[in-house]
Amino acid sequence: MSLSSAVITFPGSNCDRDAQTYLETLTNQDTHKVWHKDVTLPKVDILIIPGGFSFGDYLRSGAMASKSPIINDVLKHAERGAYIIGICNGFQILTEIGILDGALNRNVNLKFLAKNCFIKKNHNNHFNKKISIDKRLCIPVAHNEGSYYNSIEGLRSLEDNQQISFLYCDEEGNTTDHSNLNGSLNHIAGITNKKKNVLGLMPHPERAFQDFHTSQDGQLILESLLG
Amino acid sequence: MRVKILVRLKKQILEPQGKNIEESLNSLGFDKCSNIRQGKLIELDLPDNLDNKDTYIKDICNKLLFNSIIEEYEVL
Repeated sequence: MSLSSAVITFPGSNCDRDAQTYLETLTNQDTHKVWHKDVTLPKVDILIIPGGFSFGDYLRSGAMASKSPIINDVLKHAERGAYIIGICNGFQILTEIGILDGALNRNVNLKFLAKNCFIKKNHNNHFNKKISIDKRLCIPVAHNEGSYYNSIEGLRSLEDNQQISFLYCDEEGNTTDHSNLNGSLNHIAGITNKKKNVLGLMPHPERAFQDFHTSQDGQLILESLLG
Repeated sequence: MRVKILVRLKKQILEPQGKNIEESLNSLGFDKCSNIRQGKLIELDLPDNLDNKDTYIKDICNKLLFNSIIEEYEVL
């Protein structure tokens, strides 16, 4: 199935071009580029909110971007059930908008993390349905505020509604303190909204799909959506 | 009128910067310092004659300045 797509660029986004290539390569059609000051989002099937440092991460990561003019249409896009993937800063923006629950805090070891990590599928959804439960995906992270936080009730709700899409793990698939590289609660690397059409993910699948990348595991996420 | 708003992570949330500052101070010999937490201070001007000042400040905090999931604020 071929799906139409768009990527939003904010001042300070730096993974928008990678996200565009990721979408165009795997969907085999042009991706719409949308500026954050645009007020209309094209009616596409998949929207990526890319990584980077929107508005210099001032105040809180994603805080200012969550007030951009395009966000009204992002909310409508989510409400009509179309897919959204927020990657890294995109995940932070989606939590600031309130489409996704919780927040991303400073990494617990105070280090900017730029390295490959392993994640594994947790609850099944559209974004990981082609990934087997015992597969470890090797995908890069590059973030300073990636430590997922939610209240005890919030975490319970994510579990009850099966919204926890991906967990940090080691190469053998164990979830340990060491594999939980940024100190996220319950090892959370990615979650969905209740309707499961919106995914927020700290690792960068758009940096792990081409031959010259160190891993091609990132394509499994978009391929899951493509059917 | 100058308004000062202190924004901090909620008490139950780990604040790694404060922990790091504490370790540094302790290593400098200031070993009586403990439970250090870092926050941020936001200062702004408002007109002296502004009606509903408290509501106005509450609105700007709720709309942008703090994230109620992880933070709390206090007008100093």
